[in-house]
Amino acid sequence: MAGTAAGGSRQNPYAPYLLVAPGVLWLTAFYLVPILALARVSVNVTDAAWYDGYTRAFSSYGMHLVRSFGYALMSTVIGVLLGYPLAYVMAFRAGRLKNLLLGLVILPFFTTFLVRTFAWKTILNDQGIVVHVLGSLHLLPGYGRLLNTPYAVIGGLTYNFLPFMILPIYVSLEKIDRRLVEAAQDLYCNSLQAFRKVVLPLSLPGVFAGGLLTFIPASGDFINAELLGGPNQRMIGSVIQGQFLQIRDYPMAAALSFVLMTIITLLVLAYTRALGTEDLA
Amino acid sequence: MTSAPSPIGSRWARRMLDVYAGLVLLYLFIPIFVIVLYSFNQPAGKFNFVWKAFSLDAWRDPFLYPALVQAMKLSLKVATISTLVATVFGALIALALCRYRWRGAGPVNLLLVLPLTTPEVVLGSSLLALFLQSNVPTGFATIVIAHIMFSVSYVALTVKARIRGFDWTLEEAAMDLGANPFRVITRVTLPLIAPGIVAAGMLSFALSLDDFIITLFNAGNLVTYPLYVYGARRAAYPPQINVVATAILAISLLVLGAIVLWQNRTARETGATL
Repeated sequence: MAGTAAGGSRQNPYAPYLLVAPGVLWLTAFYLVPILALARVSVNVTDAAWYDGYTRAFSSYGMHLVRSFGYALMSTVIGVLLGYPLAYVMAFRAGRLKNLLLGLVILPFFTTFLVRTFAWKTILNDQGIVVHVLGSLHLLPGYGRLLNTPYAVIGGLTYNFLPFMILPIYVSLEKIDRRLVEAAQDLYCNSLQAFRKVVLPLSLPGVFAGGLLTFIPASGDFINAELLGGPNQRMIGSVIQGQFLQIRDYPMAAALSFVLMTIITLLVLAYTRALGTEDLA
Repeated sequence: MTSAPSPIGSRWARRMLDVYAGLVLLYLFIPIFVIVLYSFNQPAGKFNFVWKAFSLDAWRDPFLYPALVQAMKLSLKVATISTLVATVFGALIALALCRYRWRGAGPVNLLLVLPLTTPEVVLGSSLLALFLQSNVPTGFATIVIAHIMFSVSYVALTVKARIRGFDWTLEEAAMDLGANPFRVITRVTLPLIAPGIVAAGMLSFALSLDDFIITLFNAGNLVTYPLYVYGARRAAYPPQINVVATAILAISLLVLGAIVLWQNRTARETGATL
């Protein structure tokens, strides 16, 4: 394969720098510099110690942070349980239907995220069929309803980020050389052992990428919590948004946002080190 | 490519797996079905959340609410501008990363991945922090700035994935045969990377049209389509919202179908699949 660059003598050595310049400058100006601005706003306190925003952020909203990460973790785990088997069937069992299934998995992206979440509000409505059926089967959770419960919020988060889980797992399963599975079986692995020792380890990079692509947006999301949950399900994104746009307590809002980013970066680093995957994309 | 039937599990277990996968797929579909269905609802009050009666009213009068039409127009305008800019920026980055071996590739790759590992609420609030600090009023320009920012990474990574492993010596061959650089770009480079660019452009357009969180922070008092939907939860949620969502879905499917046909044709003509 001619994967390596030609790099002939005619090529200008500055060419790649010129090619990336517009995009890199844009990302620097509107991604990196804003993160610095966020840090500065968070310590821009006039009548108290510089870390006042952080103190208030943790004392008032520590619980929201914990809840956000808890919900995000739950929806990531459920996402793997739902997404892995579907990705597996798509990669190994779908045959000609593969591309059709792939199209169906990305179909939700073609409807607006917010409208999709409102549709869940319709489905889980107190007067809706789901609540009615679950109620008559005595399967409703203790709340007696689904809306304004953690179940609805975690369900919504799981739903909205599920395609991000399925696609990377599918890609990693698709890349597996089928002969490896056959070899394992020739060597007297039964089918479950073949899965556990060959397919599963080789698909872990996909699970890893899918996990990050679900966990990160889910922990910062506030649409699901706001539309499907009640005041007791508020997530950290909601607080940041409210503090920035309505209450305008900028130092604390910026502190919360900065803390969220820092925790996620640390988690991603730890996760990357533990699983040792270098390339996310 | 045909894949051999999976040798894993008993016949019965495999059936169960198929059924499970089917149910997950169904789960992905339920809300979409509801969105389309409720575009035909005649809600009892101002909120289209409970089924009452079948009606074509919303489809007959999709432009009944001027605010919704305005929001849609704004969203399309933002998506068009930001897609054009982000696609150019992103494709140039992808080209630099795939064609050349140079020292900046590592850091640039990192810079592309970082925004994807940052929650949207942080991206949105940090941009707002920048605009607050530099006294830039939020509005149309800041929305476009934000959308270009988050689209560049997606475009660059999509194009990169599509053009990795291309044979760039074709460009040299063209030059050896006397083509000037402009001709090389228009006749060799662009046709090679065009399918990747089209896919990335579509992705960028869809992301822009759909973005809510980052836009909320940087829209000032402007209202895009997702912001209109968000506001509708308080005052009124008419079925026209579902009509617009259904129309977006239908148009996306048509465009996607056309692109698949076009790519199949190109693949047949050039005898290569990407």
